[in-house]
Amino acid sequence: MATKKAVPLKIVVLAGGISHEREVSLKSGRRVADALIGFGANVVLREPDANLIANIKKDKPDVIFPVLHGATGEDGALRDVLDMVGVPYVGAFSSSARLAWDKSIAKVLISRAGLLTPASVTLPKETFRELDAQSVLTAVGNSLALPLVVKPARSGSAQGVTLVKKASELSRAMIDAFVYCDVAIVEKMVEGTELAISVIDLGAGPIALPAVEIVPTSGEFGYRERYTAGETNYFIPARLSKAISERAAKMAIQAHEALGLRHLSRIDLIVDKKGQPWFLEANVTPGLTETSLLPQAVTAAGYDLGEVYYSLCEAGLRARK
Amino acid sequence: MAKEPVATNLDGWLDAYADRTAELSVSEVRALFAVVSRPEVVSLAGGMPYVKALPQELLIKSFNTMMRDRGNLAMQYSGGQGDETLRDQIRELMALEGIKSSVEDITLTTGSQHGLELVAGLFLNPGDVVLAEGPSYVGALGIFKHYQAEISHIYTDDDGISPEALSERIATLSRAGKKIKFLYLVPNFANPSGVTLSKTRRAKVLEICRKNHILVLEDNPYGLLYFDKPTPNALRSLDEDGVIYFGSFSKILVPGFRVGYVLAPPAIRQKLVLAQESAILCPSAFSQMMISEYLANSDWQKQISTFRDVYKERRDAALAAMKQYLPKLSTTKPGGGFYLWVKLPEGIDSKAMLPVAVKNLVAYTPGTAFYGDGTGQDYLRICYSYPTPEDIRVGISRLASVINLQTELLDTFGTNDRKRGK
Repeated sequence: MATKKAVPLKIVVLAGGISHEREVSLKSGRRVADALIGFGANVVLREPDANLIANIKKDKPDVIFPVLHGATGEDGALRDVLDMVGVPYVGAFSSSARLAWDKSIAKVLISRAGLLTPASVTLPKETFRELDAQSVLTAVGNSLALPLVVKPARSGSAQGVTLVKKASELSRAMIDAFVYCDVAIVEKMVEGTELAISVIDLGAGPIALPAVEIVPTSGEFGYRERYTAGETNYFIPARLSKAISERAAKMAIQAHEALGLRHLSRIDLIVDKKGQPWFLEANVTPGLTETSLLPQAVTAAGYDLGEVYYSLCEAGLRARK
Repeated sequence: MAKEPVATNLDGWLDAYADRTAELSVSEVRALFAVVSRPEVVSLAGGMPYVKALPQELLIKSFNTMMRDRGNLAMQYSGGQGDETLRDQIRELMALEGIKSSVEDITLTTGSQHGLELVAGLFLNPGDVVLAEGPSYVGALGIFKHYQAEISHIYTDDDGISPEALSERIATLSRAGKKIKFLYLVPNFANPSGVTLSKTRRAKVLEICRKNHILVLEDNPYGLLYFDKPTPNALRSLDEDGVIYFGSFSKILVPGFRVGYVLAPPAIRQKLVLAQESAILCPSAFSQMMISEYLANSDWQKQISTFRDVYKERRDAALAAMKQYLPKLSTTKPGGGFYLWVKLPEGIDSKAMLPVAVKNLVAYTPGTAFYGDGTGQDYLRICYSYPTPEDIRVGISRLASVINLQTELLDTFGTNDRKRGK
């Protein structure tokens, strides 16, 4: 873990952006900056806007901590730019970010790594346009039994996600998902315990932080439940047996590695009634707001947030591409 | 024995909040508006006045004079009713819309929004009913909901709220034993619909409310921003006892000062001042004196005329762009103010469509914001006051692409009733 230095790192925290998750990113960015400043870092908070490259040249940071959610921030594009500019950064390289950000691709990679993920179909908007939409929906309903979860292939913060309990709800759910992305995933819903396991790697290999069990008071973990303090109860560590917890933690680390992620990620899993964990999705830039899951896990593990974020920055600096 | 696991809740005071906070949650729509601040996005969403049309020199001059002549008073606490000089000047302003008033009955507030909040606090008990136009101003609905009032929207057309529908609704609600406290109206160039309550209907509406002992809240931020002809006289000019009038400097000067005013019958005014003193001690003397100085030493009527010209040009740009890019959609054609109210093609949900619009770099306000009951999905509000005419054109052309994409999606899934001939 990092120790306070006489000459601290100069860190640019990038937050904001133009995605639907801009507000979440701004909140995350301010929290990360506060924690790093609290640890003694020299921090500048910046927007990834038209002045980005000029600002980086002016700021001359040792390392960049991108806290950008949604497209550009998580799809690898910004990381490509940072590589071109030659500044090290925290988090996945662009190639891995690109694969993990697309839930449909991530699920394929996870399956190939021998990990379980719920059965699903990936359906671009064009498929419905070219084929008869109702026939396709009927085929979906026949191949995957209800209830289903419909979600955009590339989006975050549960935006555009619908739990479908009746076949008649499927059309509307597809439309709502296509609002956020031209490709949607229809996934068989696995009932069980919803977990978020944060994975961090400070240089000695990835470790899983205590699993956060999510119990939203409304029953669904949507945008409101994620970002309104008080609307969700969390159990840290999750109310699971030691063996099942270890199994879930192992899967989170395997998923992090299978997707080629580095430094930090949050793996969302569900543990079914038999104790079997299922991979749902990976978050390349997990939320770091006051209600987010990774900071809760860091605190539950007994670490100091500023120290962990600073250590991640040091890891980023060491692992210059 | 193993300890029972304890849930972590990120709000340790969850059990302590008042019941009325139950609806205070973050929302995706609100979060999307964070993107609007980016320069790439044309915002047709927020009702922001074009403050650049006000020469800053005018305010700098007002500031210098005010600090020289009344600086010590401006920086001090003041009375709960607000600066008397400004109250006197406001009489002149209100006289433009036919209102006769006494300085004694005017209370200055922190924007008219705070005036509304104070009046709602004076009258509303949980379960009371507030009648409002359909659609109605989102900021007022938020206040009424916060006081746990039921909002009942009354049918509104191009001439404003329908007196017949109002009478019928009052009868229905009264039969159901409901206590109706207010009729809330934005009678001139309403937010969001842009419509103006006709002169004939004003008298009828007042008569109905008088007969049923319902207070009328007349919220009039846009009345002086007419393009072609002045609006009919204010409802307050026709009824001194049954109307509480709310005025504002936000649209005819700038919103940053946060100065509004309430003209209320004496007994209500008395309680209003006490409520204000209890809530905030006094409204900002500094802002009031700045405005007072501006009104005393600038040609403010000419400045309002400048604002009219700016907004008329933008209204014209918005209507022209609607005609060019979305010719099949119906929209209101306001004679003043800031807003167009647009009816969407059947099946399109303006709230659900907003993320696509933001992705396509244009923002609007979904119609659902303007109804207390969650309806209004098939409408959206376009605000033309802030973007330049060229940006309005670009924004509406982007909006047209988004609407076309959504229409295509609905057609694909067969959820578009029109296509199925229903």
